[in-house]
Amino acid sequence: MGGELVVQIRGVRKSFGANQVLDGVDLDVHKGEVVVVIGPSGGGKTTLLRCINLLETYDEGSIRVDGVEVGFRDGGNGVRQPRRDRELARIRADIGMVFQLFNLFPHLTARENVMLGLRKVRGLSAVEARQTAERWLTRVGLGDKFESLPSQLSGGQQQRVGIARAVAMGPKVLLLDEITSALDPELVGEVLSVVQELARDGMTMIVVTHEMTFARDVATRIVFMEAGRIQIQGTPREVLSTTGHDRLKAFLARIEMKHH
Amino acid sequence: MLFALQSLPFLWEGLLLTLEVSALVVSISLVAGIILGVGIVYGPRWLYWPIRMYSDVLRGIPLLVLIFFIYYALPLASINFTNFVSVVVALSAFETAHIIEVVRGALQSIPRGQNEAAKSIGLRFDQRLLYVIAPQAVRRFLPPWINAVVDTVKGSALVSLVGIVDLMLAIQQVIGRTYKPMPLYVLGAIMYFIINYTLSSASRHLEARYAYIRE
Amino acid sequence: MRYHLDFGFIWTHFDRLTWGLVLSLELAILSIFIGMVIGLSLALAYTSGGRLVRGAVAGYVEFIRNVPLLLLVYLVFYGVPSIEGFAYDATTSFVITLSVYAGATLVEVFRAGLAAIPRGLIDAGKAIGLTGWQRLIAVRLPTMIRIVLPSLSNAFVSLFKDTSLASVIAVPELTYGAQWINTNSFRIIEVWAVTAPMYLVTGYGLLFLLQRLERRFVVH
Repeated sequence: MGGELVVQIRGVRKSFGANQVLDGVDLDVHKGEVVVVIGPSGGGKTTLLRCINLLETYDEGSIRVDGVEVGFRDGGNGVRQPRRDRELARIRADIGMVFQLFNLFPHLTARENVMLGLRKVRGLSAVEARQTAERWLTRVGLGDKFESLPSQLSGGQQQRVGIARAVAMGPKVLLLDEITSALDPELVGEVLSVVQELARDGMTMIVVTHEMTFARDVATRIVFMEAGRIQIQGTPREVLSTTGHDRLKAFLARIEMKHH
Repeated sequence: MLFALQSLPFLWEGLLLTLEVSALVVSISLVAGIILGVGIVYGPRWLYWPIRMYSDVLRGIPLLVLIFFIYYALPLASINFTNFVSVVVALSAFETAHIIEVVRGALQSIPRGQNEAAKSIGLRFDQRLLYVIAPQAVRRFLPPWINAVVDTVKGSALVSLVGIVDLMLAIQQVIGRTYKPMPLYVLGAIMYFIINYTLSSASRHLEARYAYIRE
Repeated sequence: MRYHLDFGFIWTHFDRLTWGLVLSLELAILSIFIGMVIGLSLALAYTSGGRLVRGAVAGYVEFIRNVPLLLLVYLVFYGVPSIEGFAYDATTSFVITLSVYAGATLVEVFRAGLAAIPRGLIDAGKAIGLTGWQRLIAVRLPTMIRIVLPSLSNAFVSLFKDTSLASVIAVPELTYGAQWINTNSFRIIEVWAVTAPMYLVTGYGLLFLLQRLERRFVVH
């Protein structure tokens, strides 16, 4: 998968008190790749994802999106300073995130949820923002729900609004944090098919998920994280039918059991 | 009772002063309370404890004690405010502490995910506050705030003890002239009641309205 | 600032403050207990009564809660004797006032507490054949007490601070003691530097103790 490097993670470490959540993570994500991160809870996958758009800070190491270091700026004399809110805002505008609990703005309609970033961050006019928002909502299958409030939508519909909200901003990379874990099983499919379409259209994505079928079908690369480090990565075929890696096998076995 | 009503014009002056003091204190404490409340929730670590201390101390002492302290102590520091300014300062300081708690409660009742989602689409701090946090916080802020306003009006009665001729002192003065305490106290109670009951009704009305609209 | 801190006078008359604090606490304790009796009775009346009863209770509560406590203090101490023809001492008058005030606040606390009792518990009581009164005593009240304990603690500390108003009718509680020292020595900074912490420490101390007490009940 050549293509330009969108996300570059080097030697990232993070601890919460005595707990070393991230213990030296290196990862490259190229344009158009769909990198799926799997692993046991507490293994650091969600934390890593949230470090990429700096919803969590990282103690050591480097995370670059499109060449720009996300968490720190150069304070002169090679000293690293944490980024200020204004700079972070600009960087985050190019990174999209979809959340496990949707986090839609409850006081805004579906259309307004998508429009907010377009108007206030991208500076689009009201008309342009409206059209863009409606276009994306239609693409995720919610063409008849523009005026609906989040409380009037099902979980699957809310999550699709969340996807539209993130994607409408035209991000360089899309971060998906267990976006189906909080959904009733029958609603998972509609969300995953939207993600599949986005992948087909070339969106660069980093996905944290438990959905193994999805991982196998859509991922260009699967990454197994445990104990704060990447234990093994490769194509779906390589990773999922592996015979070599013990902990991965144990993890996959546990997942299998849960689905029975 | 009839004669008590004759003293209404005089009481009216006192009422105006009560309203004036209350309005000033409410405005000052609203602005200061919101700024400090936002500061304590979203501000840097070093802001937290000073604001917290301020809020806890001022809510932990009786209003009367604060009024006496400011009234007597300021001249010693060569700050020669008028009585009026001293009590407004004391009342505002007191109410601000309460407003900080109201703001804090309203802001903290908003799930963290909201701020995170707002960050994730690239909104700056001021934009997040304005477009995402505040609209949601307002409905949780207004009812307790109106309670605080009612408390301010009630608390303003204490200024009568340092010589400000508000409604309370006006009542005392009329009683001093007529020696008929009960009718005047009752009349005064009714006047305070009308103001505060109107305010708390507005609060109940708002609570009902908001519950209907966005849930 | 040409002011030398001198705590001498304060320490000489420190007993006015300490005994004043004791009196403040006594006033608060008396008022909360009488207030609880009033509040609980009215809350029960409200919950089970008809429109007339509910209107009367609401009227009482709304009136007391929308009028300054200071006015109530004066009304009871100066106003009532003038029409009833009797007199009582300042302390008694203040306890009556603060109890009535506390009662009004607590009606809402108890009403909300009663309403928050899970239906299942009441139904269980009915199912095992308890009468209305038995259900009240054995099921509803104990449950309600656990629910309202935090509000009661807050109300008590609040009442403790409100006892400072007794000073205006010359009840020798803490604020009155401080004012006495103030006017007799003009050691303003010193006296309030001692008095304010006394309120703070007592108030937060009580709150802390009460919260620890709450936890023992809740675990049960």
